[in-house]
Amino acid sequence: MKRHSSLLWLAVGLILLVAYNLVGNPAFLKISVQDGHLYGVPIDILTQGSRTMLLALGMTLVIATGGVDLSVGSVVAIAGAVCALLLNSGTSLVVTLAAAVGVGALAGGVNGTLVARLGIQPIVATLILMVAGRGIAQLICGGQVIIIDRKSFEFLANGFVAGLPVAPLVVGGLYGLTHLFLRRTAVGLFVEAVGDNETASRFAGLAAARVKILAYVFCGVCAGLTGVLTAANIRAADANRAGENAELDAIFAVVVGGTALTGGRFSILGTFLGALLIQTLAATMYFRGVPPAVAPVPKALLILAVSLLQSEKLRTWIASHWRRKEGAV
Amino acid sequence: MKRNLPLLATGAILLVLFGAAAVAYDGFLSSRVIVNLFADNAFLGIAAVGMTLVIFAGGIDLSVGAVIGFTSIFTATLITGRGLHPAAVWPMAIGLGAVLGALMGTLVHVYRLPAFLITLAGMFLARGMGFWLNTESVGISHRWYDALANFDLAIGDAVHVPAAALLLLGVVLVGYVVGHHTRFGRTLLAIGGNEQSALLMGLPVGPAKIAVYTLNGACAALAGIVATVYTSSGNASMGIGLELDAIAVVVIGGTLLTGGRGHVAGTLLGVLIFGTIQAAILFDGRLSSWWMRIVVGALLLTFILLQRIFVRRKS
Repeated sequence: MKRHSSLLWLAVGLILLVAYNLVGNPAFLKISVQDGHLYGVPIDILTQGSRTMLLALGMTLVIATGGVDLSVGSVVAIAGAVCALLLNSGTSLVVTLAAAVGVGALAGGVNGTLVARLGIQPIVATLILMVAGRGIAQLICGGQVIIIDRKSFEFLANGFVAGLPVAPLVVGGLYGLTHLFLRRTAVGLFVEAVGDNETASRFAGLAAARVKILAYVFCGVCAGLTGVLTAANIRAADANRAGENAELDAIFAVVVGGTALTGGRFSILGTFLGALLIQTLAATMYFRGVPPAVAPVPKALLILAVSLLQSEKLRTWIASHWRRKEGAV
Repeated sequence: MKRNLPLLATGAILLVLFGAAAVAYDGFLSSRVIVNLFADNAFLGIAAVGMTLVIFAGGIDLSVGAVIGFTSIFTATLITGRGLHPAAVWPMAIGLGAVLGALMGTLVHVYRLPAFLITLAGMFLARGMGFWLNTESVGISHRWYDALANFDLAIGDAVHVPAAALLLLGVVLVGYVVGHHTRFGRTLLAIGGNEQSALLMGLPVGPAKIAVYTLNGACAALAGIVATVYTSSGNASMGIGLELDAIAVVVIGGTLLTGGRGHVAGTLLGVLIFGTIQAAILFDGRLSSWWMRIVVGALLLTFILLQRIFVRRKS
């Protein structure tokens, strides 16, 4: 019941935001065909939002196990730097992609080991890689923005297949696969069990540490792929800017999507809608002419509103207030 | 003795690092370099002292960097743009920082929301408001600012201690007394150790938690003011990522991030370690600035692992 109510709120919020846009810009939802592919604001939102969506997908699992991964933004930068290094020395695209995913998996493995085997607080354990990771990316890039000149690479972020944008297709596919894998097998249950009560799940015979490490590895892989998309989108590896504050957007999308930061139940669909909401908000501010630098303010207010809505205390208070009023009538 | 082990380890690492740099680079071992360690990192240090107290209570505050940026541009806008006197602007800026801190503390305590998320919102809010005031850098020229920039306390002939360094030492001293020699400080440590127990012991958990976020907001605003003095200007992008440096410095200083145990003095040592690495990279000239991040990351890892061993052995 509660699970559905948070999704419902999210959908209502999204519809309100779109309605607000439609008032000022009636063509907001219009999708047309130009040069043989789809074109329009919704397509832009999906394409530009695909990176946050992908990061948030991995983050969902980590948060569901009761953790958090602050290092994803830095992993995005490292993966982008690795792509630039390999592609510019003539390596094939397939090998480069494998390397980027591998770097992500390695980063996730380090985070997971620190958290699950050594019992370090997730915020602290992933803070290490968050701080050091950007330095590593800058080291690989030599402190410069490296241009990547490879058509097939750029295609990954900005290309179209049969008129449809590639990046949202790939990310959508990953969402579908992850959802099936987690909900059709017992793995999803394992993740929720570990996040809900680690001790109990260990006594029930679950390899809790392994489940946690796998969640971090998955999150790292998502971050690696996001690094590929980020570098492909701007056709360059920018160790300073790539993935900057991306971890915050990803965590935000997950929390807005109804997965509690304390772990336990998670919702893949909720995360998707949460990321969509963030990107729609960004587009809204763009169309309303809000300077990009001021854009964090509405975002902050949204975080506060959502957090308060999820607060048990406020809910009970509102519920009791509501009942009292009904009783009076 | 055992309680001070992390502090001793931090001190030893500072000595080793500084010694190595002094051997490697000519002129590193000079009073000027040492004084600059304090002066150049004054605003990081002031923010880190506030952060230490928050972490004592098992909390976290991601908004400090953004509050520094906001305070910096707020101060500059009022002094340069409106012609107000610093003596009027500074208390306002510190008050605003305290109000933001109090709001975040209230949300964290009363509505039982994760500190991480609420201070993240605070960070977005403060940063956005700062840029809303002005996206450009604003210069400050005022008699008081000139006087502060030129002021130094001469100890003997060779050593001149600038105002920022003195202020840092003052804040560390106040933080030390508050954190280790007052009822409030002990309450914070008790909350960080076990909030439930602290509550059952009848300690004022709620007021203490709200107060520590308020205090930290004020500290961050003070750090922002020091930053305007240091650069003679205000800039909304000041202090981006500083919250991470502050947390790193606190951890390196031997404070447990889970709360309940720590040292304000250790934080000062952490700041000096941070400054020594920065100064050594500057002295070397060949090492690029990104080594800073990598070394700080490695130090963080070392200290967290050490803490882990320390805590495990105790339990």
